[in-house]
Amino acid sequence: MKIRLAQIAHARSGDKADRADIGLFAWNLAGYALLERHVTPERVAAQFAHVLAQPGVLAVERYPLPNLLAIKWVLNGALNGGAASSLRSDNLGKTLGALMLRMEIEVDDAEVQRVMAAAGPFCPFDA
Amino acid sequence: MKTIRLAAGLGFYGDAWAPVRAAIERGDVQYVCSDHLAELTLAILQKDRQRDPAAGYARDLLPMMAELWPLAAPRGVRFVLNAGGLNPEGARQALVQLFKQKGWQARIAVVTGDAVLDRLDVLQQAGEPLAHLDTGEAIDRVREQLVFANVYLGAQPVAQALAQGADIVITGRVADAALFLGPLLHEFGWGPQQRDALAQGVVAGHLLECSGQGAGGNFGSAGAWQQIPDLAHIGYPIAEVGEDGSVLITKAPGTGGRVDFHTVRQQLLYEVHNPHAYVTPDVVLDMGTLQLSEEGPDRVRVRGARGHAAPEHLKLVAGYRNGWMGQAVIGLSWPDALTKARTVAETVQGQLREKKLPVEEVCVEYLGHNAFLGPHATPLDEDAINEVWLRMAIRTPDQRVADGFGRLFPWLALSGPPYMGGFHGITPGSQLLGLWPSRIRRAAIEPLVQANVIEVP
Repeated sequence: MKIRLAQIAHARSGDKADRADIGLFAWNLAGYALLERHVTPERVAAQFAHVLAQPGVLAVERYPLPNLLAIKWVLNGALNGGAASSLRSDNLGKTLGALMLRMEIEVDDAEVQRVMAAAGPFCPFDA
Repeated sequence: MKTIRLAAGLGFYGDAWAPVRAAIERGDVQYVCSDHLAELTLAILQKDRQRDPAAGYARDLLPMMAELWPLAAPRGVRFVLNAGGLNPEGARQALVQLFKQKGWQARIAVVTGDAVLDRLDVLQQAGEPLAHLDTGEAIDRVREQLVFANVYLGAQPVAQALAQGADIVITGRVADAALFLGPLLHEFGWGPQQRDALAQGVVAGHLLECSGQGAGGNFGSAGAWQQIPDLAHIGYPIAEVGEDGSVLITKAPGTGGRVDFHTVRQQLLYEVHNPHAYVTPDVVLDMGTLQLSEEGPDRVRVRGARGHAAPEHLKLVAGYRNGWMGQAVIGLSWPDALTKARTVAETVQGQLREKKLPVEEVCVEYLGHNAFLGPHATPLDEDAINEVWLRMAIRTPDQRVADGFGRLFPWLALSGPPYMGGFHGITPGSQLLGLWPSRIRRAAIEPLVQANVIEVP
């Protein structure tokens, strides 16, 4: 089945000069395994191609942090020259986290069941 | 074991200080550390200073201290604030004036030496290339357009100011986490070899530097942000730090927001690039072995930050004039709202071409439709679109073209597509500023860094 990352993860984005960065956080260990497997640099480069000055996987950096059930992403050249040079409404890239959560991945039903079974009280699996 | 409690102050120029009041009154804190300077803020302060040479600092310093000092002083709470911006001395003068008016006593310090725009020639002659940190490009292309150039200082001068008895330390640009690490160096006397303790201190600072974001504010999620209680009365995070480098993140009792594994790790990675080498002037932090564990409601223990030796260079960020932006916004109603908005956008772009105006880039956004999600926005049947706001922005080297861009729109009211309304008006162009990150040897900067304290009255 197809799910959005919003169902298994949370995310926050920020800016430094012309770089955007996105922390992507699984709600639990089973969800982290899905992120590790499905959210590849290629997928991320494709998801953000429209904001990258030079689209492609070379613009993307990936830092897995299993201790935090998180993957840190850096998108180089993603902010139209940087916050004070950008023409965009979202000059700071604050909404890029939402764009990450909107990514769709194809997973087994059983895998999703495992993630949901491990859900904590805070996790919105009906999203 | 000695412990110190640090309160998060503001997270940016314009942030709210009611939560800081709660931390002072109910949070049992000894320091408030307040980060007024986002990367972009010096660009804003530069524009202020162009208008008035006495300006150039974060002016929220004054109303904030007017409200907080009477609460802080009897409790012995001290402040470290980078509200000095581009003019720490000016900020202090304004604060001294306020304290004299009120009849308050305090020792107020400034830390200077971060601003190097006036010294760039000397620095270049001394062999500092000031090349772009990412591209390696020489600074010559933007040299004449620079409007500020500031080095991120570390925690040492903050600690020195506190050692001289300062109740309030006003800095310009320092590393955000250094605002928090300064009091820890002062209280615990940590040396450069106590790298893991320094790393823990940097983590504490980083978790607090964005105020509410460290306690459940702006909690990026679908469906979970609603479960964070009472954001209207959010408590900014508080760090309880031990002499051994132990760190507990919490917040004042009776405040909203939430400090848990999820909210804390979301802030931990915010605006961090390589999490194994988060470079600060005082230590290089590796988060790869860091553990966060919940010790009860709104209590998260931080363990295992690893520190590596401080870098030989400091980071410099300069800002340069980078052309102008003109923009205009106009609303279009059903029927055919999106099609009409696209028609207007094409018409205006055609006019830009016909008039041969010097425009380097045009940004077209359909607000309420796809300004944020771009090609990932769900396509809507035209009849389902109630209304769309067209926003157009241009990049041009010519200020007059930016100022005049809005004038391409009003005629459309009578001669364009129907049911258009709510034109936001013809607004002056705004100057764009590029950022130039670079690095500079410590020895070229640190001898000129000063902390000095004066006593009011």
